[in-house]
Amino acid sequence: MDELAYATEKEGMMKKLRINKIIRNYTTYAVILAVYVIVNWMIQRGSISSLFQGLLIPLCIYAVLAASLNLTVGILGELSLGHAGFMCVGAFSGAFFTQVTQQIFTNGYLRFFLAILFGVFFAGVAGLLIGIPVLRLRGDYLAIVTLAFGEIIKNLVNVLYIGKDSRGLHISLKSSIDLGLEADGKVIINGAMGITGTPKDSTFFISILLLFVTVLVIQNFIHSRAGRAVMAIRDNRIAAESIGLNITKYKLLAFSISAAFAGAAGVLYAHNLATLTATGKNFGYNMSIMILVFVVLGGIGNIQGSMIAAIILTLLPELLRNVSPFVSENRMLFYALVLIFMMLFGQSPKAIQFRKKYFTLSTYLKEKPKKEV
Amino acid sequence: MALLEVKNLGISFGGLRAVNNFNIQIQEGELYGLIGPNGAGKTTLFNLLTGVYKPGEGSIFLDGKNITSYKTIDVNKAGIARTFQNIRLFKQLSVLDNVKVGLHNQYHYSTLEGIFRLPRYFQIEKQMNEKAMELLKVFNLDGYSHYKASNLPYGQQRKLEIARALATNPKLLLLDEPAAGMNPNETAELMETIQFVQKEFHMTILLIEHDMKLVAGICEKLTVLNFGEVLISGKTSDVLNDPKVITAYLGE
Repeated sequence: MDELAYATEKEGMMKKLRINKIIRNYTTYAVILAVYVIVNWMIQRGSISSLFQGLLIPLCIYAVLAASLNLTVGILGELSLGHAGFMCVGAFSGAFFTQVTQQIFTNGYLRFFLAILFGVFFAGVAGLLIGIPVLRLRGDYLAIVTLAFGEIIKNLVNVLYIGKDSRGLHISLKSSIDLGLEADGKVIINGAMGITGTPKDSTFFISILLLFVTVLVIQNFIHSRAGRAVMAIRDNRIAAESIGLNITKYKLLAFSISAAFAGAAGVLYAHNLATLTATGKNFGYNMSIMILVFVVLGGIGNIQGSMIAAIILTLLPELLRNVSPFVSENRMLFYALVLIFMMLFGQSPKAIQFRKKYFTLSTYLKEKPKKEV
Repeated sequence: MALLEVKNLGISFGGLRAVNNFNIQIQEGELYGLIGPNGAGKTTLFNLLTGVYKPGEGSIFLDGKNITSYKTIDVNKAGIARTFQNIRLFKQLSVLDNVKVGLHNQYHYSTLEGIFRLPRYFQIEKQMNEKAMELLKVFNLDGYSHYKASNLPYGQQRKLEIARALATNPKLLLLDEPAAGMNPNETAELMETIQFVQKEFHMTILLIEHDMKLVAGICEKLTVLNFGEVLISGKTSDVLNDPKVITAYLGE
């Protein structure tokens, strides 16, 4: 082949690759928008049961959690089992902010927006503080220590009492009586009883918006200078050091961003419930591991995949309830079967080949090969 | 003044004296070879020069600046880049991205500019792409720019590692056995590339090598290391004919 033809072909190939990349990146945003529009239309027509309407916000929350944990597990390459802890920080700081400023900000949207920022900030700081000791460790050790920190956060929140009266805020780690509130005082965080009476500010629209922003920030982060540095550190720490990358800085950056988005999900979670308590069920290691299952199932390092996994696995138990009495009774058995099937379908080389052949968007967009005459 | 000057460098691991009383002077633009039998302490010396190990005694000067106690990243920022004996690429990243990571400290935009895709992001990324492609072209890797680094053939991976090191814009390039595992053809091609890099980038190069043909072919000066000590230093032809060197390699 002469050089010119080779160059043209190469150019063409690069162009195609670039187009594929753009399609891949923008489909995510398009799908999120489409889901919002369709679901909204279905709600208006009344074709979604109230059970599923109640699931919409949790679905977004789990998708945000899965995407953010994937930043730590897939992009930074460190197994974190304390993600629910950061969600807990976000949930409580967000709800606390709303309770304190309820009289100041009458505009619900503005207050909620600020509450999310507040929760994001605190969860990010928690990520930074915990990251400093934890990110010195690697592999299994890091996983165990993050697990411990997650539990510590949950237990700390359980003994935290904060009240507010005319003299300002009072904090105690013993009991609500120790706060010494005046007659007009109000206990905001009441230890193990948590926070009650948070307004239900979370809506499907805000949740979808948050999901959209999460994907946008994480995707753009990955494809920026800092994201490349993080992935380089994941692939080879020694080489990364030898070309002058600041390992600690970029590890902490990725870990804090991941924690911050978990915090945002936490704020949504807190504003979707009347009573917020830090129990093992919602902020314990079970939750952390469930988020990790979303990530592993959807693909480590695959942001879109982990969100899809989060949605499928959250919907599945509810869907199985409606099938037949037999399936409904053995719901968790089928849940496990689906999990195994998805794991195989996602990972085995033959299955990947099959999917590439029939389920890739770009195969449909490509020109069909012309038949030889 | 020499670009790299090492004085009385030494390190011990427990009771093992890995490097002892090591001295070297490399002038700007030189292609310098470091040879020696297995276990002589060559790679240890590289690790000392790049701040991976802290020397027990002695000092290292780069361009007159004392860099003895520098950390690895600061050594790189001061102007020393290296490759590794066992290839250490960023395997999951594309060939282009591998070089772009090497450009990291020369092209700046903040993380927020990256996340929100402000104009500077596009501007700097474009510059980085152009610079990286330019470097890849030198090594005939521009056709593979979108490949995953781990999918490159072995010889190309070695070249990519050199390209990545060059991307950090060093004054001194350390190559740790660049021809290891290459067939004679690949080695010959590599020799040309190294000489090309020396001339094109006016690069000073220090290389460790076992392949005597390569060493004799391109190095201007040699230092022979044996049991952690300098056996002899000097012009390549003189060194290779020295009886002491022959003894160290082949025995009495």
